[in-house]
Amino acid sequence: MSTTYTIPIGPVHVGLKEPVTAWLELDGEKIVGARVRPGAIHRGIEFMARERNPIQVIYLSERICGICSFSHVLAFIRAVEDLAGIKVPPRGQYIRTLVLELERLHSHLLWAGVACYTIGFDSAFHLGLLLRERVMDVLELLSGNRVNYGVATFGGVRWDVTPDLDRAARDMIRYYRREFTPFREIVMEDPIAQARMRDVGVLTREEAVRHSAVGPVARASGLRIDLRKSSPYEAYADIPVEPVVPQDYLGHAHGDVLDRFVVRVMEVYQTLDILEKVLDGMPEGPFVAEPNANKVLGQLKPAEGVGWGIIEAPRGDDTHIVSLKAGEDNVFWWKVRAPTYANAVSWPLMFRDNELADAPLIINSIDPCISCMERVMVTGGREGAQVLTKAALIDLCRAKTARISGGVTR
Amino acid sequence: MISRVMPQLLRSLFSRAFVNPFPAANMPSSMTEAMSNPELLNPYLPVGARFRGRLNYDRAKCIGCRLCVRVCPAHATDYQAEEKKIIIHNDRCCFCAQCTEVCPVKCLTMSKEFMISSYDRKANVVKDSGSVGAAPPAAKPAA
Repeated sequence: MSTTYTIPIGPVHVGLKEPVTAWLELDGEKIVGARVRPGAIHRGIEFMARERNPIQVIYLSERICGICSFSHVLAFIRAVEDLAGIKVPPRGQYIRTLVLELERLHSHLLWAGVACYTIGFDSAFHLGLLLRERVMDVLELLSGNRVNYGVATFGGVRWDVTPDLDRAARDMIRYYRREFTPFREIVMEDPIAQARMRDVGVLTREEAVRHSAVGPVARASGLRIDLRKSSPYEAYADIPVEPVVPQDYLGHAHGDVLDRFVVRVMEVYQTLDILEKVLDGMPEGPFVAEPNANKVLGQLKPAEGVGWGIIEAPRGDDTHIVSLKAGEDNVFWWKVRAPTYANAVSWPLMFRDNELADAPLIINSIDPCISCMERVMVTGGREGAQVLTKAALIDLCRAKTARISGGVTR
Repeated sequence: MISRVMPQLLRSLFSRAFVNPFPAANMPSSMTEAMSNPELLNPYLPVGARFRGRLNYDRAKCIGCRLCVRVCPAHATDYQAEEKKIIIHNDRCCFCAQCTEVCPVKCLTMSKEFMISSYDRKANVVKDSGSVGAAPPAAKPAA
């Protein structure tokens, strides 16, 4: 007779950095079913934006995520620029690309370190975080902050790249070319690390397509997708970017955790190349179209419509959709789709036939950012969530109005 | 494997510190008392050129134009209608320095001060810091 047990991982768990619950159905040590329940850290940021003007929302969008903060800022800013038709000077575009790539560098280094920590390889974890400090120093030199940079604004950026910063960034690139390879070899040539990550949390190519995986998770499954190539933005129009896929390095894409590690590690080298090209090709001229924030607000006041901003964040496609109304100061509505939202759908597939001990590693393998992801949640009964169509939602909405108005409808 | 990691770890013993060391050499019995004795504490690392710390506000210079209130993302600048001046809640401030950029008379400046946590919310309200200590804001060349 086989008996299964249901065990929750999270919402508070030593292996997780952010609160999410995975209800795992176990047969012995083997996971036979999984259900992921977010909902512990919904903050209502989109609602907060409705009582702030676009300049204020820049700093609110920065606080969606602590790691990919600049990606969210830039996606929001590009959405508003798309709506209002604001042009960015070339130097502003290059500096934005520079910060995006610096952020990708520190995000991937952090993830690589944390992945080692999750499998219990603590010395490599410390080494990874030691490496990360150098890029944090460059970001601090550029923006004054280590986490929320406050760099971008509508029509450009707020801080220029000085010769000092250029030198520091080039030093940093040389440092990583020298120091990153030992880290990669220490982890990837370690037989235990190989055994812990190979064939764990497999997501096949077909499943990645069917469940709309994005970013490094999709690329680890062998899909050549990268927004920097398919729809270039900012300076990526000048700098060709090829998607990093594991079959180019290992001959075959397994779609497991080791492949996700390979993709992110190889993207670090790609990022160093892009950074060098950005620094070499940095055009002269103004870096912001209109430095006065109040004049920008004046320009945005007559803007009306819906704008889109989609960029390749370190974790995948980050989409922001913004609506402004003419004559109103505040943002009318704002919708964020963070990459984790797309990737989290694949979690139950990745859990299949793995052991309980691998669960935190699988959860961490998509580099989840639960705070980014939790925008709108569907709650269901004990049997799980149900999908509602738009018509059904409107019926529910009207029924509630009728209910709370005591049957009195106008 | 150990031999691959060891040189990296040994080297890190001799490299400079990236972060501020713990304020005291050993955990004092009362942290509050120890923090009020600056000479006993480990010195801080210097902050970067573009570091933005607590806001300074020159009340006499302020003309009450409310431009800073309009751009402040955190609602840290509070307009006092009867006096036509502002007060600044530094505990809400997110240190973006937008108010210092839009201020037409430059009565707002960012200091380099970062040890500003307090149990007392009122201690974090800046009403007037005068023009004393108003260092020029972090270097930002004009566009």
